[in-house]
Amino acid sequence: MELALIVHLLVVITIYGILAISLNLVVGATGLFNLGHAAFYGIGAYTSALLVKAGVPWLLAVLASMAMAGFVAFVIGIPTLRLVGDYLAVVTMGLGEITRAVFKNWISLTRGPMGLPGIPHASILGIEFDTAEKFLILGVVCLVIVFVVAERILYSPFGRVLKGIREDEAAVQALGKNTYRFKMGILIVGSAMAGLAGSLFAHYITFIDPSSFVMWLTFFIFLIIVLGGLGNNLGAVVVTVVFVALREGLRFVGLPLWLNPAALQQLIFGILLIVATIFVPRGLIPERKVVYE
Amino acid sequence: MEIFVQLLVNGVIAGGTYALAAVGYSMVYGALKFINFAHGSIAMVGAYIAFVLVTIGNVPLVPAFLASMLLTASLGVMVERVAYRPLRRAPKLASLTTAIAVSFVLDATVMIVMGADIRTFSLTGLKSYQIGPIYITPVQGAIIVTSLVFMVGLYWLLTRTKLGKAIRAVADGISLAEVSGIDTNLIISAVFAIGSALAAASGALIGMDTNLQPTMGFIITVKAFAAVVLGGLGNVWGAVVGAFLIGIVENTGVWFIPPVWKDSIAYGILILVLFLRPSGIFGKKEEAQVTVL
Repeated sequence: MELALIVHLLVVITIYGILAISLNLVVGATGLFNLGHAAFYGIGAYTSALLVKAGVPWLLAVLASMAMAGFVAFVIGIPTLRLVGDYLAVVTMGLGEITRAVFKNWISLTRGPMGLPGIPHASILGIEFDTAEKFLILGVVCLVIVFVVAERILYSPFGRVLKGIREDEAAVQALGKNTYRFKMGILIVGSAMAGLAGSLFAHYITFIDPSSFVMWLTFFIFLIIVLGGLGNNLGAVVVTVVFVALREGLRFVGLPLWLNPAALQQLIFGILLIVATIFVPRGLIPERKVVYE
Repeated sequence: MEIFVQLLVNGVIAGGTYALAAVGYSMVYGALKFINFAHGSIAMVGAYIAFVLVTIGNVPLVPAFLASMLLTASLGVMVERVAYRPLRRAPKLASLTTAIAVSFVLDATVMIVMGADIRTFSLTGLKSYQIGPIYITPVQGAIIVTSLVFMVGLYWLLTRTKLGKAIRAVADGISLAEVSGIDTNLIISAVFAIGSALAAASGALIGMDTNLQPTMGFIITVKAFAAVVLGGLGNVWGAVVGAFLIGIVENTGVWFIPPVWKDSIAYGILILVLFLRPSGIFGKKEEAQVTVL
């Protein structure tokens, strides 16, 4: 394989790794069924791309895109986080479609299905990340930061409450915790991280259109964290590496012409997810058990 | 004014197709307390079975329609056996995950077998009727009649037969039904069979009225869910009312806002209901609420 392709794959892995870790905080650790992760990713990408195109420095635009994704999560969380989990699932799924409808139909802002071309490369204080190699450094730095933050959250008292909510929300409430605020907090943090991933994506590829943020992406990330072990960030990263490589690898297998490669991928991953959920519910690298003396 | 009446009638027609999908959704929720995300995809498969029978098998329309309902019913039973039953005692996240995976598997399979293109039944030689200022196609007439017949039939089944009594008992409390000597596995299979057959009817009628696409299931899932939430989760008749309301609001809404947003209206209603009255029009309040603030 060519070196350029490997570098490209590594960049994709850093972006997907951030998505996997952030979804893992929300779904794996807290048990909130968020199906709109691609929407937060897309909101981050569009916010950042539009701001930088308007002349805002990238570093500020990233913060803005994280804030924007977090804000949307907050608005979505108000009606749904007080209710049983199923509502959150459908509302976030709906959010995914609504944001895509906005990207597609608010043509004066987003250029609709034509997409936004010519997004400037990311740059910090004059250093431009204009090649894949340079961008890889930026991606790895972001991934490491997100990983460390996520680990800190998981093994803090805050994270302990989150896992408690996942196991038995009523019991946590009985201990006097306001579970609504904990759920809201982690949904905002997770979505802001997805916004960061979106910004990275936009300034790496330098072109975005609504088709990059479909539900299928959320599903793909979902599969990664289920296989990696819900609640385990290391597992999420390891499986991201395997899956991105596998997905790209599938492109080079000679398929008969009538076989739609996207559909085949969807079929294989769908079956994998069913099998994994039934037979290896704790994933390949199960969540670390914390014992308090 | 005449256009408004026409839009209203269109709304009732759309509502009829949503109602057929929504009752199955609601019955499954009633029995297992989980959202069957694959329900729309099952409706899509039903539409394609009818399509294949009519266009390739040259089966007349009505027998093809009934055969598709029967075949889809067995598909629904099979899906429950393979993907949901092993997880009935697992955390809810697990069965929600497999439900999404099932919908992706079904969509991908149809995409591989039938292609991703839009298909139409091409029912030639059918003329629209004119009733006063309103135009209505025979298919749309059939939608109104079929949905009414099936609703009445379902009402009879649920309230006047032993099977219906058992289904209601399972919905009230599965363990209590089990100790009363009801074979709950059998009843749950029956619920999936009935729900899937009605979903197939919904899908096939939508397919005849408009067109078929392997991705059409997703929209059906969302519309049906919005209807179910509006009516009150688990309340079958509430779901019917909700379905017609959504169909009508959606179609008359085109009067006020651009048609590209038509599919977003259902989400709008959904989020509004969750804000104002999460238990829906007919639901009991405590069922939706988990957090007391």
